[in-house]
Amino acid sequence: MTEFNLARRNLLKASAVAGGTLAAGRLTPEAQAAAVAPGAPVAQHPAPASVNVLLRVNGSDHPVMLDPRTTLLDALRERLQLTGTKKGCDQGQCGACTVIVDGRRITSCLTLAVMQEGHEITTIEGLGTPKNLHPMQAAFVKHDGYQCGFCTPGQICSAVAMLEEVKAGIPSHVSADLTRRPEPSAAEFRERMSGNICRCGAYSNIQEAIAEVAGAQR
Amino acid sequence: MTPFTYERASSPAEAAAAAARTHGAKFIAGGTNLLDLMKLQIETPTHLIDVNELALDRIEPTADGGLKIGALVRNTDLAADARVRSGYGVLARALLAGASGQLRNQATTAGNLLQRTRCPYFYDTNLPCNKRRPGSGCGAIGGFNRHHAIVGASEACIATHPSDMAVAMRVLDARVDTVRPNGTTRTIPIADFHRLPGTTPHIEHALEPGELITAVTLPKPAGGVQLYRKVRDRASYAFALVSVAAIVQRDGSGRVALGGVAHKPWRVEAAERELARGAKALAAGLLADAHPSRDNAFKLPLVERTLAAVLADARGAA
Repeated sequence: MTEFNLARRNLLKASAVAGGTLAAGRLTPEAQAAAVAPGAPVAQHPAPASVNVLLRVNGSDHPVMLDPRTTLLDALRERLQLTGTKKGCDQGQCGACTVIVDGRRITSCLTLAVMQEGHEITTIEGLGTPKNLHPMQAAFVKHDGYQCGFCTPGQICSAVAMLEEVKAGIPSHVSADLTRRPEPSAAEFRERMSGNICRCGAYSNIQEAIAEVAGAQR
Repeated sequence: MTPFTYERASSPAEAAAAAARTHGAKFIAGGTNLLDLMKLQIETPTHLIDVNELALDRIEPTADGGLKIGALVRNTDLAADARVRSGYGVLARALLAGASGQLRNQATTAGNLLQRTRCPYFYDTNLPCNKRRPGSGCGAIGGFNRHHAIVGASEACIATHPSDMAVAMRVLDARVDTVRPNGTTRTIPIADFHRLPGTTPHIEHALEPGELITAVTLPKPAGGVQLYRKVRDRASYAFALVSVAAIVQRDGSGRVALGGVAHKPWRVEAAERELARGAKALAAGLLADAHPSRDNAFKLPLVERTLAAVLADARGAA
């Protein structure tokens, strides 16, 4: 089933470029099949099997049985029904899936759930509730830090952990002097939030929200 | 992703032995590059050996005044280390110019060195790529090659190495410490670690099957003004078109390595004698054998101008 879908997707992708300038005519089905499998000798893949994993999310333990291929993102959304964390690109480029693990923000699409056993995971659901918003959530509401809202949970998780990174003195690309503590400035926040894309372009309001929370913390 | 089995390694030597035992096994640490490639079935390991629990996450001073950086030290932690910021500024700058905050929190020192190219033809499994499928041809040669190599490339491959950190490691004369499946250890100079594509672009580094990086060791600080300048299509979170890692001393001597121009961090020690004569002479020495493609001849003047900017910054900071 999976193989069929992949083959079909490749075929669709091939059709999409065949009319363009990208190597039209090279895209035989044989070439596609061969391209998927890298050079000989071909290693034997095991049959899919499940493993038991204990995930600690938002302060609670969740035993789950899952295929080792399951990303943390898919485990959160599909197994624990914590759908606040969003799947955008699934390639680590958009930041919509950002969660906080042991106090650090990471993209949950680029780590396996099985690798996160023994770690403390915080998702947007663990930061605040509708009746008791996290200060960053409240600031996003106040400053209209979103339009469609799809990137918002990732933006908020990222922003909360990002401010902790500034407080911990971790420098950034725009920090002028590496030997000094970084300033909580707009330029610093913009650079440090570059891993969170907002296709509605609510960046200026997101910046306002972050700046307010950072100011309140100082 | 194709199915795989999973284990957590308990020691570096056992991890290396396990990797050699299982055909198709791979180590996983940060996973930011490997999992991306696995989703696209460009990487198809049969077995993953999770090395994250190995105690290789410390930065320790060495007897000769250098630093031993554990293979699992995250990019964020390496860039934030006070000793790195004061003694190896070019490394901190290079790390901070790479990826995003989230990715730097996951990505490791060893994994960064082992990043695979971001060539779009390598990523598209519908297209030929000698790196992904040896002998299938190169889509980038004659294709869209604005981001590709201008020096050290071959008729088989014009891909670039994507790392910023590795460019700084090259200019710092870092050494890569490893353990092999039989338990023996060795040290590989960074200059010998990454390979040019030649006729075997799928072989990218000097590691043997199963060999595990345990640390990257830096010699004592080189002093001077240390700079990393990256030119890219966006102000943040983009791969380099061209980057320059430089250490410039008060007397005008120094070292330079380039990123974004070759299959590995590009350094020509003989060209560094021209450093005091300025960017034009330096660029001429670094790019003496350059062969740009249709879309990337702009990198030749861009290298020279980026070098000029770095040398001007070095004079200003001295």
